[in-house]
Amino acid sequence: MTELLNFFQQNIQMIYIVILMIFVGVEIIGHVPAVLHTPLMSGANAIHGVVIIGAILVMLHMDPSNKLGLAIGFVAVVLGTLNVVGGFVVTDRMLDMFKTKK
Amino acid sequence: METALLNIIYLIASVGFIIGLKMLGSPKTARKGNLYAAFGMFLAILGTIFIYPKTAHIEVVGFVYTLIFIAILIGTVIGWGIAKKVEMTKMPELVSFFNGMGGATAALIGLMEFSHNVGHTSKMFMIVAGLVIGSISFSGSMIAWGKLSGKLRKPVRLPKYNILNTLLALVIVAFAAYIIATHVANPVYIYVLFGLALLYGVLFVLPIGGADMPVVISLLNSFTGLAAAFGGFLYDNMAMLTGGILVGSAGTILTVAMTKAMNRSLSAVIFGAFGEGSAATGSGSKIQGNIKEAGPSDAAILLNYANKVIIVPGYGLAVAQAQHVLHELEELLTKKGIDVKYAIHPVAGRMPGHMNVLLAEANVDYDKLVDMDDINNEFANTDVVLVVGANDVVNPAAHNDPSSPIYGMPILDVENAKNIIVNKRSMKPGYAGIENELFYNPKTSMLFGDAKAALTKVVQELKSM
Repeated sequence: MTELLNFFQQNIQMIYIVILMIFVGVEIIGHVPAVLHTPLMSGANAIHGVVIIGAILVMLHMDPSNKLGLAIGFVAVVLGTLNVVGGFVVTDRMLDMFKTKK
Repeated sequence: METALLNIIYLIASVGFIIGLKMLGSPKTARKGNLYAAFGMFLAILGTIFIYPKTAHIEVVGFVYTLIFIAILIGTVIGWGIAKKVEMTKMPELVSFFNGMGGATAALIGLMEFSHNVGHTSKMFMIVAGLVIGSISFSGSMIAWGKLSGKLRKPVRLPKYNILNTLLALVIVAFAAYIIATHVANPVYIYVLFGLALLYGVLFVLPIGGADMPVVISLLNSFTGLAAAFGGFLYDNMAMLTGGILVGSAGTILTVAMTKAMNRSLSAVIFGAFGEGSAATGSGSKIQGNIKEAGPSDAAILLNYANKVIIVPGYGLAVAQAQHVLHELEELLTKKGIDVKYAIHPVAGRMPGHMNVLLAEANVDYDKLVDMDDINNEFANTDVVLVVGANDVVNPAAHNDPSSPIYGMPILDVENAKNIIVNKRSMKPGYAGIENELFYNPKTSMLFGDAKAALTKVVQELKSM
């Protein structure tokens, strides 16, 4: 129990951020036309690729003699990059088609 | 100094994500919004690689840097290549695939961080939570990808799968709690947990039918966001935290919006009230009547003498890659002075908005695409409705058969039009697996054949008229 309270005490700012971000996310998506659901999902999909930062952090902290760790980290960075790059590029490609013709 | 700079970079990235996602919600600003989010991501990644080691006072050997750069290079080349090359019809499974990659990244982070944090309860909680959610998202997305790309066509249901899945979920939660609470140091435990979570992801998505896959992908999308957010907590990283939570909450709302558009509830999707079991009982009343078959010339004549035509595109159109021929047909009819519009059901295609993307690819004018609610009362004064590869979204059973599994789903009221031409490959039922009485309507002519081939013939006939 004290551990839980300590956790709250130490991370109170982050907890505020989490709660506020939840509302931001809900507000942002509020009234989006169904037409844009697919690009929106795709764009959000690219944004959670931010998890790649975690993979890079692990690599930066990794002991260079830990071969297995480096190998897993390498794969994680590759997959994370796939998520980020693929996600943004495919969203851009979709949205490119929504251009209104002159 | 460096710490402040890094924090500013993460702040810019977070703002980029928020503004980008906001701008993605409007057709005019969407493309720019995506670029803003991408720019934020680019900054955050650069900052992490080049500035973070200085702020954390760690020495990173050149070998590790080289590995990171090679990994990013490989990911960029493959990701870019796939994203550019894949056809627009395959968009939903592609999103699913990329989502799975993000989930896998989160899971692998958990695997690596485990041994560094033994004995630290709150950090272990973040690690375990990120690992479990990321793994489920990964394996679930891979199954969804397989289903959408047609590799796994049928929903697979183990006996009592709902109970089985719930039990497995409980086992995972209990095992995770055990790992966190007892400070186990043996890495075998975390690998077992990893395996169980992967298995759960598979079992979670396997029983769900292909028609519900977009909802599942959207849900798994928000899962990955959540997994990223746990990573943010673990590393005290604001960009990961804000980005992850943003996608988690926005993804959840998007999932709910999608289920509403499909007139489904999330629990019905997950616990399955659709598909074989209920469909078999639902279509107990066999539809009586004859179907009227029409050739391409009959269809062309009907269209040629119409004043107003509405086209209802469905997934069959996408599969046959017939969007370009359809656009040609539309232009031909417009030249003859016929009023042509497209009626877009919210879930036409495989995902909400998917059909708009496909038609936009074929250069169809954005203004000609009309949403269901705006076009439904226009059918009554329409001479010909051309249904191309759509089935469930025009099934009148949604209005008048309470025993039908799609009863209550909003549909396009094409049966109000004076004439209906339905292009389908065969009489096979649609994704919901139910019969469609529209095909037996005396006003309906069935134009059998692959959408591309059939429409090409209609276009040829029209040109010679």
